[in-house]
Amino acid sequence: MSMEYAVLILLLPLVTFLLLGLVGTRFSARTAGLIGSGVLAVVACLAYVTAWNYFSMPRVEGVRVPVVPLNFEWLHFTDQLHIDLGILLDPISVMMLVVITTVSLMVHLYSLGYMKGERGFQRYYAFLSLFTFSMLGLVVATNIFQTYIFWELVGVSSYLLIGFYYTKPEAVAASKKAFIVTRFADLGFLIGILLLSYFTGTFSFERLTSGDASVFADAAGVTFLGGSVIAWAVALIFIGCAGKSAMFPLHIWLPDAMEGPTPVSALIHAATMVVAGVYLVARLFPVYFFQAPEVLVMIAVVGAFTSLYAAVVACVQTDIKRVLAFSTISQIGFMMVALGVSGMEGHEGLGYMASMFHLFTHAMFKALLFLGAGAIIHAVHSNEMKYMGGLRRQMPITHLTFLIACLAISGIPPFSGFFSKDEILAACFEFSPWMGGIMSFIAALTAFYMFRLYYNIFWAQPAVHEPGHEPHEAPANMTIPLVILAAISCVAGFIPFGHFVSADGQSLTTHLEGSVAVTSVVIACVAIGIATVLYRKGTNPVPAHLAERFKGLHKAAYHRFYIDEFYQFVTHRIIFRYISRPIAWFDRHVIDGALNGLAWSAQRLSYAIRGLQSGQIQQYAYVFLLGTLIIVVLVLWV
Amino acid sequence: MEIRLEYYLIISTIMLFAGIYGFITRRNLLAVLISVELMLNSVDINFAAFNRYLFPDAMEGFFFALFAIGVSAAETAVAIAITINIYRNIRNIQVHHLDTMKH
Repeated sequence: MSMEYAVLILLLPLVTFLLLGLVGTRFSARTAGLIGSGVLAVVACLAYVTAWNYFSMPRVEGVRVPVVPLNFEWLHFTDQLHIDLGILLDPISVMMLVVITTVSLMVHLYSLGYMKGERGFQRYYAFLSLFTFSMLGLVVATNIFQTYIFWELVGVSSYLLIGFYYTKPEAVAASKKAFIVTRFADLGFLIGILLLSYFTGTFSFERLTSGDASVFADAAGVTFLGGSVIAWAVALIFIGCAGKSAMFPLHIWLPDAMEGPTPVSALIHAATMVVAGVYLVARLFPVYFFQAPEVLVMIAVVGAFTSLYAAVVACVQTDIKRVLAFSTISQIGFMMVALGVSGMEGHEGLGYMASMFHLFTHAMFKALLFLGAGAIIHAVHSNEMKYMGGLRRQMPITHLTFLIACLAISGIPPFSGFFSKDEILAACFEFSPWMGGIMSFIAALTAFYMFRLYYNIFWAQPAVHEPGHEPHEAPANMTIPLVILAAISCVAGFIPFGHFVSADGQSLTTHLEGSVAVTSVVIACVAIGIATVLYRKGTNPVPAHLAERFKGLHKAAYHRFYIDEFYQFVTHRIIFRYISRPIAWFDRHVIDGALNGLAWSAQRLSYAIRGLQSGQIQQYAYVFLLGTLIIVVLVLWV
Repeated sequence: MEIRLEYYLIISTIMLFAGIYGFITRRNLLAVLISVELMLNSVDINFAAFNRYLFPDAMEGFFFALFAIGVSAAETAVAIAITINIYRNIRNIQVHHLDTMKH
């Protein structure tokens, strides 16, 4: 089946970006917002049609085959090695198309209300379109270089949107931090791409993941520090993924990125861009699995550690967006772990499928959480928990949808998070009981900090608000996206996901692992129970006592275990002082000095000889005569 | 007494250097012009003398001298015209005052 119309999914947001970016200020804010949202609604419909057509295609020998409706050569190096631009439709890219367009559409609609009256409304919608275009281009890339191009494009749109309030110094600093940290990680990514393409002679995902071992024949026997060169290449690519997906220790940019507008956090820093790393690992999964299984173990360990770290930090944060940011980091850790512990064939590939499933459900409920948080921040004009409390009466719709999202992320049936998280835990237990135990503990922590957040916002002691500024429910164009996302979070768990997406393309039928499911639900309920006892009334003295008792730990966790301070120390005290300063001195005094010296001497010389250019012909004739005489004398007597 | 080729050459050399000296030292534009004429005429003498003494059967030297005289007459006419125009403009034909173009 031809699916050339898929190219419109990419082009329409790009056209919107150009339109709103170039002449957006000619439109009123409302028109610009409606253009952006309307185009995105069309794009979302196209994505659904694409998904429908793709998944209704017959399987070939039980496998879903990728479709490439469009591919053209962009840069030609050799007959084997060329950079293409194209569209690759396979189960995960189609799944991502649906996720991105859905969340993006919700965010577009929500922003109509949330950003109302903001300066630069048109610019905001232009950037949202740019981001949507880049993200869609990233997921449908046919080759790793195209992925890299769009990878940088989402990075730059994230930078632009974090720094949307460019008059706020924190926002500017946060956008710079996000850009520099991810750019730094992308250096690893680029080296990885170059290594991989040098040894395999191709950028194409289809060639790389075909399972054809001859692709890697040239790399056989090439090792570096005990690892095969392909393992190094994919490990470097994973560094890029870790930067984008905020894996420890490159996670530092994500909490700061919350300085951007809240819908942007929902779209970019919760649902779509930050899972690009997970997506890329999934995209190259056969390469990891067959060529570098040791890197997969590393991915699992990094994912588990990040997940644990972020969950602990999330338990003590007081800014609601930061809690959600750390929760996002923790959940992405879950996805990475699931990929790391996954196998390839049949039931072995449970982790892969669970990771993609969790990516899907997480995008929905985390976007819902962020949009709900946006509605709350909109109502109380603060991010701090202490200015909230008791909001369940004033904001009933937000309260209900937020509760659904909290239940989903905590893994309570029948909400979507339960199913995906349960499969991740099952995959972890199959990998090793230790991994399963740790991830179950993190799942309990997740339930605890989410309900701590929930009770602090909606129950506890109502904060005192100035008269005339009482919180009120958000307008309809903000609550409707919340309701839609909540509905998706309720039913998404029942999608037979293994039927659509699996590691080997075969249909994978999953069934609930009784023991794992019961245990995880029980511990989630216990964690929620603890949170209820501690935070529901808001008067329980135990949390304060605990904070006092474990003061050092509490303070360290509140300051995110001083990772940012460590980076600050390394960059400012060591790199800036001992590397950058001397280099800057060398540049300014030696290199610039040499050139300035040349210019200076040329200038002095010209001053010295400019008297010769007198304009007096007779003087020239005199010199000319003298010269002639000297030549004559030389010719005759020398 | 026989008049030899060298005599002509001595005369023309003296004229040439007198012309060069005048060209370099005179301040009046007309005097500079006369010096240039002196140099040209010294060359004409050389042409005629060489033709007469070394190649008595040929006529090229005489013709070349005639051409040079014609060209120098035209050049003098132009130069005189320029000089008159300069005088009309700045009421002066001293060479070291003609520095308007320099600034």
